Amino acid sequence: KENCRPDGRELGEFRATTVNIGNIFFSLGSITTADGSALVKLGNTTVICGVKAELAAPAADSANKGYIVPNVELPSLCSERFRSGPPGEEAQAASQFIADVIENSQMIVKEDLCIANGKLAWVLYCDIICLDYDGNLLDASVFALLAALKNVQLSSVTINEETGLSEVNLKQKTPLIIRKHPVATSFAIFDDTLLIVDPTAEEEDLATGTVTIVTDEEGRLCSVHKPGGSPLTGAKLQDCITRAITRHKEVKKLIDKVIKSITPK
Amino acid sequence: DLPALPVPGDTSVLAGVYGPAEAKLSKELPDRAALEVLLRPKVGLPGVLERSREQLLRQTCEAVVLGVLHPRTAITLVLQVLSDAGSLLSCCLNAACIGLLDAGLPLSSLFCGVTCALDPDGTIILDPTTRQEQEARAVLSFAIDSSERKVLMASTKGSCSIEEMQQCLAAAQRAADTIFQFYRDSVRRRYSKS
Repeated sequence: KENCRPDGRELGEFRATTVNIGNIFFSLGSITTADGSALVKLGNTTVICGVKAELAAPAADSANKGYIVPNVELPSLCSERFRSGPPGEEAQAASQFIADVIENSQMIVKEDLCIANGKLAWVLYCDIICLDYDGNLLDASVFALLAALKNVQLSSVTINEETGLSEVNLKQKTPLIIRKHPVATSFAIFDDTLLIVDPTAEEEDLATGTVTIVTDEEGRLCSVHKPGGSPLTGAKLQDCITRAITRHKEVKKLIDKVIKSITPK
Repeated sequence: DLPALPVPGDTSVLAGVYGPAEAKLSKELPDRAALEVLLRPKVGLPGVLERSREQLLRQTCEAVVLGVLHPRTAITLVLQVLSDAGSLLSCCLNAACIGLLDAGLPLSSLFCGVTCALDPDGTIILDPTTRQEQEARAVLSFAIDSSERKVLMASTKGSCSIEEMQQCLAAAQRAADTIFQFYRDSVRRRYSKS
């Protein structure tokens, strides 16, 4: 059958993310010990993100900035291709990619994480763990990160003037300020003629290259990540970007719907 | 075995290519050469940033090197950063390509690296210095191939609009011509002496 993929999808079709609300299944707040969490399933690819907020002193050269530390883990339970031990190249490259997306899109401005200039700031440890690897790790990770951060509630912290110590009020929580909502769209390239969206692991192995485009809600490009692979013309790249922008709208609608459904507290 | 040393401005990277040599059993691939890239920063131990750059470089080289001609071998590319004054990624790409050329490895095409910085008022600066990169609102690096000027690798920092990206890409493709001419001249010079 022409133009049809092994799982029956069309070339430009995303995987039906298990129906919970829309196309993508994700649940927020599944991890009770984390300050914010999200579980995302894109077909079989399952990624969970937990965000923990801790306090630390800001760095000397940027006294009004907090820290965001993303870490992507690909444990051996998610796929037979990963061995247990120190993080492999794919995990490290993915961690760097997520750090770049956060920085490029300015989704969280580090100044917002500062509590007291030069003395105290929030550190957000974002742990993204893949539970089942079936391709398209980057899209799922970015989505999980975004959903988890939207779910984060920071306790209010004040510095006691007399003692100089910080006092945390766990009862009073404010949500994290998220300025931009980046969404990643990945494509697999086959010999510079065919481009398919949202590749599964089998498709990724056979592909001759991949491209990941990250866009934000204003249609700006936060990242064009094409780590080698078959060459693409500028026109083909433009097609990818157009598809990524459409995808962004779908995903944003989905996130908003889910947030709205869990917010009445 | 074979070092190569291109220098845009004051950024310099030394590339050493070793191979095709016998591969370790765990690393060998039955139908093609296994390419490995090691990027060593000037100061400190290689970290996550170097790993991610190594992945970019490795996959770019894999697209170009005809690995099927040397199955079950290993080709190692070691890049040592000697000085960094901006546009480091494209310097590494250029060093890698000249290194592969110098080593005589079979390549389907050449590639070159070009970095563009978009400064706050929208002007495109090619091969920016470290200062220009910091002040820019977006820095885009492309690897352009020599046969049809297609994009082999793209990596961006900061955000920009789609039109700006296309403009940078067009500028990079034009600049690629100058770099390929430089490759030709360097190789000619090297082989005309001996």
